[in-house]
Amino acid sequence: MRIESVEQLRKLEKKYRGETESHPVRVHICYGPGCLANGAQEIGDRFRKVIKEKKLKNFKVEAIKETGCHGFCERGPLVVLEPEGTFYTKVKVKDVEAIVEKSLGKSEIIESLLYTNPADDKKIQRYKDIPFYAHQKRIALRNLGQIDQTSLHDYIAAGGYQGLAKALTAMNPNKVIKEVELSGIRGRGGGGFATGRKWATCAKIESDVRYVVCNGDEGDPGAFMDRAIMEGDPHTVLEGMIICAYAVGSTQGYVYVRDEYPLAVVHLQKAIEDAEAVGLIGENILGTGFSFHIAISRGAGAFVCGESSALMRSVAGEVGEPRAKYIRSVVKGLKDKPTVLNNVETFACIPVILSEGGKAFSKIGTPKSTGTKAFSLVGKIENTGLIEVPMGTTLREIIYNIGGGIKDGKPFKAVQTGGPSGGCLPESKLDLPVDFDTLTEAGSMMGSGGMIVMDDATCVVDVARYFLSFLVEESCGKCVPCREGLYQLHQSAVRICEGKGTDDDLEIMQHLSDMIVIGSLCGLGTSGPNPFLSTIRYFRDEYEAHIKEKKCPAGVCTALITYIITDRCTGCLACIPACATDAITGKKGQVHQLAQDKCDRCGACYAVCKYDAIEIH
Amino acid sequence: MIKFTINGKLVQADQGDMLLTVIRREGIDVPSQCHHQAVEPSGACRLCMVEITRQEWDGWSKFVTSCLYPVEDGLMVTTHSAKVIQLRKTIIDLYLARHPNSTEIMRLASEYGVTRTTYETVADGDDCIMCGLCTRICAHMGFSAISTVGRGHDKEIAPPLKEAPTDCTGCLSCANNCPTNFIEFTRDSNSLTIWGRTFETLACSQCGKTTITRDFAEHLSKTRDIPIAYFEVCDDCHRKETAKTMGRVVNWTREVQA
Repeated sequence: MRIESVEQLRKLEKKYRGETESHPVRVHICYGPGCLANGAQEIGDRFRKVIKEKKLKNFKVEAIKETGCHGFCERGPLVVLEPEGTFYTKVKVKDVEAIVEKSLGKSEIIESLLYTNPADDKKIQRYKDIPFYAHQKRIALRNLGQIDQTSLHDYIAAGGYQGLAKALTAMNPNKVIKEVELSGIRGRGGGGFATGRKWATCAKIESDVRYVVCNGDEGDPGAFMDRAIMEGDPHTVLEGMIICAYAVGSTQGYVYVRDEYPLAVVHLQKAIEDAEAVGLIGENILGTGFSFHIAISRGAGAFVCGESSALMRSVAGEVGEPRAKYIRSVVKGLKDKPTVLNNVETFACIPVILSEGGKAFSKIGTPKSTGTKAFSLVGKIENTGLIEVPMGTTLREIIYNIGGGIKDGKPFKAVQTGGPSGGCLPESKLDLPVDFDTLTEAGSMMGSGGMIVMDDATCVVDVARYFLSFLVEESCGKCVPCREGLYQLHQSAVRICEGKGTDDDLEIMQHLSDMIVIGSLCGLGTSGPNPFLSTIRYFRDEYEAHIKEKKCPAGVCTALITYIITDRCTGCLACIPACATDAITGKKGQVHQLAQDKCDRCGACYAVCKYDAIEIH
Repeated sequence: MIKFTINGKLVQADQGDMLLTVIRREGIDVPSQCHHQAVEPSGACRLCMVEITRQEWDGWSKFVTSCLYPVEDGLMVTTHSAKVIQLRKTIIDLYLARHPNSTEIMRLASEYGVTRTTYETVADGDDCIMCGLCTRICAHMGFSAISTVGRGHDKEIAPPLKEAPTDCTGCLSCANNCPTNFIEFTRDSNSLTIWGRTFETLACSQCGKTTITRDFAEHLSKTRDIPIAYFEVCDDCHRKETAKTMGRVVNWTREVQA
C-alpha cells in the first residue's frame, strides 16, 4: 500500500499509535550492540516462549519490541516495561519467567532487577528518574529504546516522516534550507560546519545531478553513536536524507556504512525497502511529484574513508584516498557532482528540526553550538553508555552526573574527546562547556562524539603512543607528512615509553607535529599529531618523568616499572604458577622472592595476588 | 585573465591554471616528486607547498600545494618563505629516513642542505617514495594495471593480488616516469619483463632492433587506428625512411624545375 498523501500519513500515524497504545504493557528489550553481546537475543526468545506457555490474557506477543540501544550499556541487558517506564537492569534469561509472571501478569515490580542509586542505595523504578537519564536530552537518539528498531509502523507512530511531509507540502526547497540555517545545526561528524550553509551552497551550484551522501563510517575506537542510530532508528536517517535531497534538488542518495556494522546494513536495507514499498522513497514521494532514491554503499572499514573526499572516492569504487579540497565537495564531490555529505547524527536531527521548527532547536545548547550532541561514554567510568546532552553541558556534568564518576572511586586523570585525533583534557578543563569551539580552543575537538575517561592508572604517554599507532595504521599513506611524519612521531613515543627517550625527543616531536599540521593533505593528517600535542600541553611532567627519571608515574610502561613483593605476602603460592618466566620463588607461608632479572613485567602476579602484596614501582 | 603576485612580482595566468604551472613558467624552482604535466596533480609529496595570503586576510596566511591550487585574482604567493623552507626540509628529512639509498632523494637533500636525517632510519626502506605517478600514468594510458595497495606506512604499488597483471601491456610508462628509478624491468633479445609478466617484443623488420611489446602495439593499433606494421619498424628506420622520401621529393622537385 502506498501512502499517497500527507493526510493519509497523518491517519496512519494515529492508527499505528492507537495500535501500540492498545497494549496495556509493552516490553522493550534493548537490542543495542552492548545488550546483544550480553544475550538480549536469548532473552527476547525466552520472553516469546514463556508468554506463549503462560497464555496471559492481557498480553500479546506483538507487545514485545526489539528496540535500539537504550544507552545504559553498563547495566545491560536492559528490559523496559512501557508505558510505566519500569527499568530492569542486568536481566538474565532465568529472570524472564518471573518478569512475565509478576510484572506482566500481576503488575508487580521485581525489586532485585531495578537500578540501585549508588548515592543513597535506594532502588529507582523508572528510567527517567535515574541520574544517567535524568540529565540527558535526546533528539538524535529520541527513538532509541522507544520503538521497534526496524519497524516502519513504529517510526510512523512516533511521528516519523512528519518532518518530511511538512517540508514537501508546506515549504519550498529554499524555505527548508532557511529552516535548517535557523536551527544553527553544525555537522555532527566532527568538522562542525554549518549544515544549512552547506545545503545552501550545494543548491546554488548549476548542475544536472546532485548527490546526498550519509557518512556512516564511524571509525573512532570506542564510538558507537552512529551505529546505534543506524541500527536502532534507521528511518530517521533516511528521512533526514530525503529532506536534504528535496532542499538541494537531488534525486540520488547513498548511505556509506562500514562493513564492521553488518546489522546497520541489514536494518538500513530493510528500512529502505519498507519505505520504498509505501512510497516514502522512490518516485513521487507522498504523491508530491518529488522523487529520490537511496542506495547503501558498504565501506571496508578504513578510518580514512570517514574523511569526506576519501569517502566519496570509495562510494565511486575508487581507492579511498582523500583529495585536496581547494574545490569543496559541495561544488565538486561524488563523481565530480555537487554533493552534500552529512553525518548520521546530523541527518537524524533534521526531521525534528523540520517538525518542531529550527527556532526551537536553536534554543537548545549554546548560541554558536546549538542543539544536542550524542556521546559514547567509555573508559574508566561507572556508567558506560550512549548519551545525548545539550551542547554546552560541562565535561564534569557529563562525567560525574551522567557517567556516575570514575570507576571504583579512583581519581580522574584525563578525558579524551574527539576520537584518535582528538585530545586529552586534564582535570582543570572539566568545567569547560562541551561545544565545537571550546573543545578546539582547549586543544582537543568535538569529533564525532567519542569520550574516553581515564583514571590515574592511565599513562598519558602510553595513551598518545596508542592513538598514534592507530593513526599510523589508518593513514591512507598518500601524503608524506602523514605517512612518514606520524610514523616517526609514533616511533619517538615508543622510544619514550621504553625509557629510551632523550632530551631532544620532545623538541623534535614538537617541530615534526607543527610540520604535519600545516603540511598534510587531509584532516586525518592535520589533526594526527593531536594525541601528542594535547598530552604534552597538559602532561609535560609525565613525559619528562619518562625521559629524565626513566619512570612511568602511572606504572603502565613496562620498561620503566618494577614489581616488588612486599612483606604483606602471605606465601599463598598463587603468583608462582602465574609467572611465565619463573621469576618468583618461595615456600608456602613464607614471603616470596621475585628475581628482577627474570621478570618480564607482564603483571600476571599483580593480577592474581589477593593480598595487595605486590607493588608497582 | 587572472592577475596575482608570486614573490611580489605581478603575473598573469588563465583561469583554471594551477599555481605550480605559473610558478615554473616564471622560472622559479619549486621542487616536486609527484607532479607530471601529463596527468592530474595529486598533492602527495607536499614539496611544492607555498604560502598564500590576500590583502584582506590581514596578515593571515595558509599553506597549499601549488600543483593543485587554482590561480585566483589578488592572491599573494610566496614560494620560499621561512616556514615553507622548513616544511620542505622536514619532508626531505622524512624521505631521507625512509629512503636512505635513493640518489634522487640524496640530490634533493643536498640541494636543501639536509645532510643527515633527524629521524630513525627505516630498516626496510626502499626507493619507492609512494608518489603514485606510476599508477596515475598507468590509469591515464588506459590500463590501470597497477595500483596502490594497502594503506599507511606499509602502502605499496602493486598489480592486483600481486600477480602478473593481465591489464599491463609492458608500455614501460610507469618505469620511465618513476622519479627514483625504482620500477625495475628486464629485457631479453625478444622479450621484456615487468611486474612479473613477460611480454614479446617486436623487432624492426629492417635493422632488427627491438621496438615495443606486441601487446602495446596491438593496444595502440586498436585505440589509435595505426596499422600494426608501423610498429614493426623502429623509430630510427622510420626516420631513415622519411629522409629517403624527402630526398626523393627534393630530387623530383629539381627535375621538375629543370
